[in-house]
Amino acid sequence: MLALFYIFIAVAVALGIWQVNKLTSYRKTILKNDKNEDVVAIAKSEENPIATEKDNDIHGKFFFVFLIGFYILMGYCLFFLNDIMLPESASVEGENDDNLFLISFVLIGIVQFATQGLLFYFSFKYRGINNRKALFYADSHKLELIWTTIPTIVLTGLIGYGLYTWNDIMDLSTAENPIVIEVYAQQFNWQARYAGADNTLGRGNVRNIKGINTIGVDMTDVNGADDVPVRELHLPKGRKIVFKFRSQDVLHSAYMPHFRAQMNCVPGMVTEFGFTPKFTTEEMRMQEETVIKVNGINKIRKAKGEDPYVFDYLLLCNKICGASHYNMQMKIVVEEEAAFYSWLKKQPTMAEVVK
Amino acid sequence: MVEKTTNHGRSSKIRYSSIHRNLIESQQLKNQKTIMSEHHHKETFVTKYIFSQDHKMISKQFLITGIIMGVIGVFMSMLFRMQIAWPEQSFSLIEAFLGSHQTDGVMDPDMYLALVTIHGTIMVFFVLTAGLSGTFSNLLIPLQIGARDMASGFMNMISYWMFFISSVIMVISLFVEAGPASAGWTIYPPLSALPQAIPGSGMGMTLWLVSMAIFVASSLIGSLNYIVTILNLRTKGMKMTRLPLTMWAFFITAVIGVVSFPVLLSAALLLIFDRSFGTSFYLSDIFISGEVLHYQGGSPVLFEHLFWFLGHPEVYIVLLPALGITSEVIATNSRKPIFGYRAMIGSIMAIAFLSTIVWGHHMFISGMNPFLGSVFTFTTLLIAIPSAVKGFNYITTLWKGNLQMNPAMLFSIGLVSTFITGGLTGIVLGDSALDINVHDTYFVVAHFHLVMGVSAIYGMYAGIYHWFPKMYGRMMDKTLGYWHFWITAIAAYGVFFPMHFIGLAGLPRRYYSNTAFPLFDDLSDVNVVITMFALLGGASQIIFLVNFFMSIYKGKKATQNPWKSTTLEWTTPVEGIHGNWPGKIPTVERWAYDYSKPGHDEDFVMQTEPLKDGEEES
Repeated sequence: MLALFYIFIAVAVALGIWQVNKLTSYRKTILKNDKNEDVVAIAKSEENPIATEKDNDIHGKFFFVFLIGFYILMGYCLFFLNDIMLPESASVEGENDDNLFLISFVLIGIVQFATQGLLFYFSFKYRGINNRKALFYADSHKLELIWTTIPTIVLTGLIGYGLYTWNDIMDLSTAENPIVIEVYAQQFNWQARYAGADNTLGRGNVRNIKGINTIGVDMTDVNGADDVPVRELHLPKGRKIVFKFRSQDVLHSAYMPHFRAQMNCVPGMVTEFGFTPKFTTEEMRMQEETVIKVNGINKIRKAKGEDPYVFDYLLLCNKICGASHYNMQMKIVVEEEAAFYSWLKKQPTMAEVVK
Repeated sequence: MVEKTTNHGRSSKIRYSSIHRNLIESQQLKNQKTIMSEHHHKETFVTKYIFSQDHKMISKQFLITGIIMGVIGVFMSMLFRMQIAWPEQSFSLIEAFLGSHQTDGVMDPDMYLALVTIHGTIMVFFVLTAGLSGTFSNLLIPLQIGARDMASGFMNMISYWMFFISSVIMVISLFVEAGPASAGWTIYPPLSALPQAIPGSGMGMTLWLVSMAIFVASSLIGSLNYIVTILNLRTKGMKMTRLPLTMWAFFITAVIGVVSFPVLLSAALLLIFDRSFGTSFYLSDIFISGEVLHYQGGSPVLFEHLFWFLGHPEVYIVLLPALGITSEVIATNSRKPIFGYRAMIGSIMAIAFLSTIVWGHHMFISGMNPFLGSVFTFTTLLIAIPSAVKGFNYITTLWKGNLQMNPAMLFSIGLVSTFITGGLTGIVLGDSALDINVHDTYFVVAHFHLVMGVSAIYGMYAGIYHWFPKMYGRMMDKTLGYWHFWITAIAAYGVFFPMHFIGLAGLPRRYYSNTAFPLFDDLSDVNVVITMFALLGGASQIIFLVNFFMSIYKGKKATQNPWKSTTLEWTTPVEGIHGNWPGKIPTVERWAYDYSKPGHDEDFVMQTEPLKDGEEES
């Protein structure tokens, strides 16, 4: 019933808008009666449903104001929202990505600034005046040529750099002695498995899932015995990591925004992605950008009476996967290689876990 | 007569044009007869308003159905925006509309995903495909090319009624006990295939698939009709190069639709097989609810390919008609010819061609071969070139014009603005390397809402304000139109411009709440601002609804050519009669954009006016 009530209110408001609008078209006018006396009358002024010169003037000027407002919005977002952006890439491969992004964004910004300016300025400048004739200007091959070739050249550059970066990130065949880690997704949590001493992952399939062997490692495969299953991801700084992703139920996406890394986890197939961590968690916490961002967050949290937040790398799910999609995460710790290996040694292997 | 000629003829040019002429003549003859017979048979309510075969009535049916679906779709977005801004708070509004799914007015995660999914589906397909293309292709194609009606009025009627049925099924799916489809509008399996994974993938998903299958059929029937009509029923003198750009846009849109929509149907069919008959096209190696399912050997990536083979061209199916409408409205209200008419046609064709070979840019990180990613980056960034040409041409059209600020014109200028803003960020998303980190974040949401959502809606509004007199013989209220535009324009940028930046901060889309990540706490203020603007923008559409429905009955009577436009639809009588022109169909003597042409007294020359001695056609 409440829904009907809301709908009723909406309809009432709607009719009110129409009525108020109609009322505004009634004007007080002074007329002369037969005795040539002034008489005040309320008369409906016939509104022209087509834009008049006055309308052109008003809305032309509005466009100019709109442009200024839009510039302010752009400026505000570009400069003041900078504090909430992600800090510098925490992976070596992500550096090119950041660079490419900067170039693209500057280019986009310039074009955006210029074209919006022209669009709204022209809308303002050439707002209609009665009895003025527009310029009959239907074509110019020269202009067309200019704005076809310039984007082509610029885009060729962008495509070139983009493809170079893409290949650099995606080509894992040249990685020397990488650390192989399986990231395993399920509704709604992450697990991981290190390849162990032989640096080869044992075969995995959902049909092997049994009891404590929650990620379906094939225990008959000799490569699997020394694999190390974990619930928290530790990565050594400066080593190339090759991730192999699996999912047991629906699509998930392993998103590690600080490393500029993301790959879907697809049931029935193994996908891969690789990067080299550049800063340990501790180093990242000390980064100026991180400090500013964390301070900003903690100010908000303090106001709400929540515990202070300490920066950590995270693995998030970034492909809709069901009700708790919004809370599917795993902590990532980046540390020096020695610390990493001593941590890894303490974790039980598959053989020890399953027995 | 036509068939006889085809049997004998081979495809020589002369033969073709004679077929062409015969077809027009026979069509005209037929229509002449219909008009004659009309004097004897009065139309009943059912044939006039319900099972009408008149393109003008069908276009109104499409429009009003689209508007109703639009109200539902936009309202849903307002509800879930409230959840994003004020997570897990109780609202009596939510309780009132979502009822039993809720506990004390708090939206639950499944319902959130359902709303997101159905919002996307309704807006993309039901509002911006059927509501936009269906309305204006039907209204304008016969009127602007000089035809009595569509090539097949009957198929046209079927097309609308299939759309209607699919809309009804989609709305019914909202009332299914386990909830409507909730796997995102892209319905990626396995999530969409397994009710164990999300409750909406049960009956709700089945109804979604049935609804979309009927929708595709409706769209195909409509598109074929548009193509045939534009190719064969143009009046004498209406060469392809004299068509208004609206016609080119609708024509190419229909072609893209015919090429790509069947692929969506096949994708949906295979999904139905997987769901109901145990096949494994998309599913493999699945362990869920404690058991291993029998599926083996399929791949969700196959579904992604099939889906996006439609999904990407769909963007242009939505956008091109809006751009076509804008071209027409901007030229008319600038009192200037559209700049670079042929370049515009070229860009439309280039965009159409490229749109069918870029689908992979939705899948850079789907697990497909990275080399494919390179290819799709290349083709995707190429599409920026024709788009840039279009943008520059619109701006140049305004230059030294005499701009008439009618509501339709405001929306068209707004469209060019959002098209540029949204299009530019496509350069980031189309670049596979950059896509890695912004894929599926709010950056994407901001991008596509501006470039295809807001732009296409603006195009639709521009079309409604501009051709309302042609639909209902009355004018819409100007002042309400202005209020509608300015509030919408401010709200739209208020929602989608800051949204880019929370995406760059790494916030994933389709999160029921961001409270699980302290990392995103500093984005909550921005999210509140966005929601405020969303509520404002959504509510301001009431102004439009009032204006639209009240003007049908109370609007000021329209004159024959209120905007002083050159195209053929403005030579028809205001009442909109069956068969469009009372006498003979007018012949076309010039292109559609002779505005402010030197040597003429008026600042527009109708397409029907013969060239003066020594006058050159532009």
